[in-house]
Amino acid sequence: MAATRRLQQEMLGIQGEGVKTYRFLDGDDKNLLSWKMLLIPDFVPYNKGAFRIDIVFPAEYPFKPPKITFKTKIYHPNVDEKGQICLPIISPENWKPATKAVQVLHAVLALMAAPEPEHPLRGDLAEEYTKDKNKFLKNAEDYTKKHAEKRQ
Amino acid sequence: MDSDDDYFEAEDESSLVEDEGRVSDDEGFLGDTMIVPDDPLGSGSKEEDVYPFVCLSAEQIVELMLEILNEVNDIVNIPHTTLRILLAHFNWDKELLLEKYYEYDGNPEQIFKDAHVISPFKLKSTCKTKGQSSRTDAECEICCSSYSRSFMTGLNCGHIFCKGCWSQYLRTKIMDEGMSQTIPCPAYKCEIIVDDEIVMCLISEKKVRMKYQHLMSNSFVECNSLLKWCPAPDCHHVIKVEYRDRQPVKCQCGRVFCFECSESWHDPVLCLHLKKWLKKCDDDSETSNWISANTKECPKCQVTIEKDGGCNHVICRSQTCKHEFCWVCLGPWDPHGASWYNCNRYNADDAKKARDVQQRSREMLQRYLFYCNRYMNHLQSLKFESKLYALVKRKMEEMQQLNMSWIEVQFLKKAVDVLCECRQTLMYTYVFAFFLNRNNQLLIFEDNQADMEKATETLSEYLERDITTASIREIKQKVQDKYRYCDSRRNVLLNHVHEGYDKDWWDYLDL
Repeated sequence: MAATRRLQQEMLGIQGEGVKTYRFLDGDDKNLLSWKMLLIPDFVPYNKGAFRIDIVFPAEYPFKPPKITFKTKIYHPNVDEKGQICLPIISPENWKPATKAVQVLHAVLALMAAPEPEHPLRGDLAEEYTKDKNKFLKNAEDYTKKHAEKRQ
Repeated sequence: MDSDDDYFEAEDESSLVEDEGRVSDDEGFLGDTMIVPDDPLGSGSKEEDVYPFVCLSAEQIVELMLEILNEVNDIVNIPHTTLRILLAHFNWDKELLLEKYYEYDGNPEQIFKDAHVISPFKLKSTCKTKGQSSRTDAECEICCSSYSRSFMTGLNCGHIFCKGCWSQYLRTKIMDEGMSQTIPCPAYKCEIIVDDEIVMCLISEKKVRMKYQHLMSNSFVECNSLLKWCPAPDCHHVIKVEYRDRQPVKCQCGRVFCFECSESWHDPVLCLHLKKWLKKCDDDSETSNWISANTKECPKCQVTIEKDGGCNHVICRSQTCKHEFCWVCLGPWDPHGASWYNCNRYNADDAKKARDVQQRSREMLQRYLFYCNRYMNHLQSLKFESKLYALVKRKMEEMQQLNMSWIEVQFLKKAVDVLCECRQTLMYTYVFAFFLNRNNQLLIFEDNQADMEKATETLSEYLERDITTASIREIKQKVQDKYRYCDSRRNVLLNHVHEGYDKDWWDYLDL
């Protein structure tokens, strides 16, 4: 499978990188096509917890994009209650096969840091974000403390 | 004398059909041969009715694209592949392209940037860097394998990938995403667009090449206002006109449609009204009409209430409302109290308004149903068209066994042709009238409509019942007279409507 060699390299690359804001989950069985990872953001309002995500690669990877789901509940206009995320670079029509998983991770973190209320998955949160940002930040932080994983 | 007449008519018709066939077979797409599309009956056509169009095959569309490319290339000398992307960027509007191209005063870099191509004037430098390291192997960023440089390729942006990944990438974008003119380089964040030459060079599979070419033609046709796909399923022909208009065009496959809106030819009603009508018939707007005709809204909280008992003292069931009102006058219940029949006299403004709204929506529903029933009725009759043709064919065969020649019995087929045309027109007259306010011209129109409808029904009756082989000669006269009458009434009606469009007689309702 074309995906195998590339995913192995990508996985090794991420593990060797030594970045603090994301890592593979300890208990992960290292299934190449399904990554379980932990995002550890270093910015408000999500820096009081960590977020589990699943990255599922299709068999046609890298010609078809991976799918990302938040497994930890998050208070964010662009992530819905099921954990689905709206991220243009991994939509099928925009997907570029030369895009690396690590670039996707950076895009997810960038979206967390700067929500895009213009095309929300949760209208109520988008409204709050645009109308009363302080209130949004406070709610998001409380929500993170309550629901997010430990940062260790 | 009569049969002589027929003979010539039949001859006329067949030569017309031949003509059409010839034109669409080998006529170049810029040919100036005109086809008379509207009048298969050969009667009542006027010079001004001629609407020139040609029918093009898929190959001819590709030729037409090439022709435009060459035309522009004669003026601006840039490679075909780049030019095609530029043209697509400007929706194949060559005048706009040239205007923009020269607007930048011989420095059209911005255009190339906007269209996501590398300027052909900047190419030399990239070629050099490519050439330098051609000996060594390189790693393909997509599959992470190393290949010799000869197996790697890329666009002028300089990002190179192995040919295997390239073709898989293109295949996915073409087959799964239906993209053609907007496929970008596979590199992360690179927006340079893939040209058709590299696609054809890297894709060998016939199915994918076909789909790619079809997608290219499709985007070409869609952005060219003088071209329209035939709406018939699985028909890949395109109609090309010289100017855009609400006119009937006939595809090689036989489908007659309105060039403006692609629906079946719908004279006398306008495209705009037909569209509204079809939407009205399709969606549930009539359900809501039923609701407003058969229920009432609580005057206080507007919740919809259907009365299920006899008492007119209604208490709104809504938990937060509990408003008490009179079902008859919709006014508050309090003043009714002891003497309920006095509610006739109770004439407060709001109660009257509520009643008026109710009344109007009921009338609207009645009116719609009136037109809809008649429209549907003709539509239904049209659906039996093929059955009627079969019946008539059988009768024609019977007659030919009774000493009548083939040419002598053709009047029957023609009668069915006229009948179907009249039904189609009648069907759309009801859509036309539905959108109109009453005025004197509408009265004239309705007289025309009534006359034509009566004649059409008589013709229909003749064809379905009265024809027996015994009385054939008398009947032939009767049928011929009738279909000629129907046809002339149809022309009268249509001409009246068209005159009204020209002279602004029609007063449209705001529906």
